[in-house]
Amino acid sequence: MNLLEGIAASSGIAIAKAYRLVEPDLSFTKKTVENVTAEVERFQSALAVSIEELEAIKLSAEKDLGTEDGAIFGAHILVLKDPELISSIESKIKEDKVNAEYALSETSDMFIAMFEAMDNEYMRERAADIRDVMKRVLSHLLGVSVMSPSEISEEVIVIAEDLTPSDTAQLNRKYVKGFTTDIGGRTSHSAIMARSLEIPAVVGTGEATTSIQDGDMIIVDGLNGKIHINPTAELLAEYEDEYKKYEVQKAEWAKLVDEKTLTADGNHVELAANIGTPEDLVGVNNNGGEAIGLYRTEFLYMGRDQLPTEEEQFEAYKKVLQGMDGKPVVVRTLDIGGDKELPYLNLPKEMNPFLGFRAIRLCLEETEIFRTQLRALLRASTFGNLKIMFPMIATLGEFRQAKAMLEEERVALEATGTTIAEKIEVGIMVEIPSTAVLADQFAKEVDFFSIGTNDLIQYTMAADRMNERVSYLYQPYNPAILRLVKMVIDASHREGKWTGMCGEMAGDEIAIPLLLGLGLDEFSMSATSILKARAQIKTLNQKDMAALVEEALQMGTAEEVVELVKKTCN
Amino acid sequence: MVEKKFTVTDQAGIHARPASLLVSTANKFESDVFLVYKGKDVNLKSILGVMSLGIGSAEEFSIRAEGSDEQDAIKELEKTLQNEGLAK
Repeated sequence: MNLLEGIAASSGIAIAKAYRLVEPDLSFTKKTVENVTAEVERFQSALAVSIEELEAIKLSAEKDLGTEDGAIFGAHILVLKDPELISSIESKIKEDKVNAEYALSETSDMFIAMFEAMDNEYMRERAADIRDVMKRVLSHLLGVSVMSPSEISEEVIVIAEDLTPSDTAQLNRKYVKGFTTDIGGRTSHSAIMARSLEIPAVVGTGEATTSIQDGDMIIVDGLNGKIHINPTAELLAEYEDEYKKYEVQKAEWAKLVDEKTLTADGNHVELAANIGTPEDLVGVNNNGGEAIGLYRTEFLYMGRDQLPTEEEQFEAYKKVLQGMDGKPVVVRTLDIGGDKELPYLNLPKEMNPFLGFRAIRLCLEETEIFRTQLRALLRASTFGNLKIMFPMIATLGEFRQAKAMLEEERVALEATGTTIAEKIEVGIMVEIPSTAVLADQFAKEVDFFSIGTNDLIQYTMAADRMNERVSYLYQPYNPAILRLVKMVIDASHREGKWTGMCGEMAGDEIAIPLLLGLGLDEFSMSATSILKARAQIKTLNQKDMAALVEEALQMGTAEEVVELVKKTCN
Repeated sequence: MVEKKFTVTDQAGIHARPASLLVSTANKFESDVFLVYKGKDVNLKSILGVMSLGIGSAEEFSIRAEGSDEQDAIKELEKTLQNEGLAK
């Protein structure tokens, strides 16, 4: 097989050699050793090499990702220098006359078990750190190489079963030209990261790690969701051509950076960007974003071991507001839970995390966490055009409660003499069907809606978006979804409010004509999709799209809708 | 031998990051350095030892140093604890 098909997660074409990021075989047998001094020395040299490697990784992580991320590796180094751990291993080698591999894994298992038994989720997670560093030492003892994305030093295509957030954080943009995974979908973490890093990616190929060997020549076709393994010279030439064409196309789109987004009949819609950190602003400005439609604040809370302080949050919000220079910035309050966990909050595991204690539900319970964020936002509000959005609102009661807390914090801050922007729009994410259905009532109280399609589709179709076997139910073009979207947009317009969309659907080529027809006011997407969307919208006539969507709303299946859009818009 | 008492002021207690700091500081000295908490002594040069205690906010512990540079070790550790707002 030299063709794999998967989901086109991040557009573009990449051609480079394969680099497999897979678990190495670290199996070994217990042996008796005679020369224990030599065995201890063998252990010490494996240890020394591992420490050296970690020092290098720490340096490059600090340079590329900041000292906060580098600190994780600092802690890993300390584990390898831990006198209790090291002396236990050495004395085990000496006393039991066993090989270093065995002594190492027996001893570290004991420490791992100790941490895993602790009644604190955060401490239990530290067991994984020990396992991670011990794996490195073991691999050196066995002479097998462990792969670490931060150690890549030439242009490659990364091949993995799946990429975790920490893997993706370590990917070096300079060398990683593209990646492909066995599992995952368009909205899985690795796919979202690929788009924000602007790396072409195809995910969910099912067998990338089994079909591809290290060093194979790989073409990642992130436009069509295809992976070619060791292509023929003709195919390679074809793709090199395709790559150049895509670059020309991108250069063409780049001319639209400073243009307003107007339809062919002169109607303006706003093209905004989804961001996760202040660093993403560069991409927003390079791609001509007219606003931030979704600032995911949870990244401030992730990858660390305690809550961010009010001051830290204030600085981040201020940076984004200033960076957008008066353009709208919609900040979503903490959306944690579901697939995004915070180990240090010690939340119990749930059977159904997507239907559980997450987002606003958590914030209304853990009010101190929520109020800290609200204060930071209010204080930052004078630095730009801030709009606040609450996630996962299911009832009007939740919205009223959240808004009341915001008002209380405003009054308290003003009493201490803090200046706060006079008017801050307060809106909600519409991602739960109940809220979409009752949008007419919500519209009387909120200032705006932003439709989160990834979750709205998952909840409407009752299909877990992490489960590949039901991924066929992720149907943004299903008339049922279109009708819900219409209800929300119409309800907001009747009250003189506006509706945006911040899910994947907003940047989708097939969805854009439909959404234009429905009268969507703001489209928020990955920064890299903005220019392409602007070019597309320029060619579309809003009146015609309104007629198109009328027809689509009366159809029975998603397939018919797609057919209709393709027929009309090509 | 010198010993000094402290109370944790950091809301999150002595978790990974401060533990790393303390252990790195302790490792700069010749002396044996111990952390004494609830009657247990752990080697303050051992990150796993310190973290395994899971010392929470507002709890009391002491640091004991024995060796040629024990005075300096205690002083430096106290400075680290205070500068980082971990304990007083």
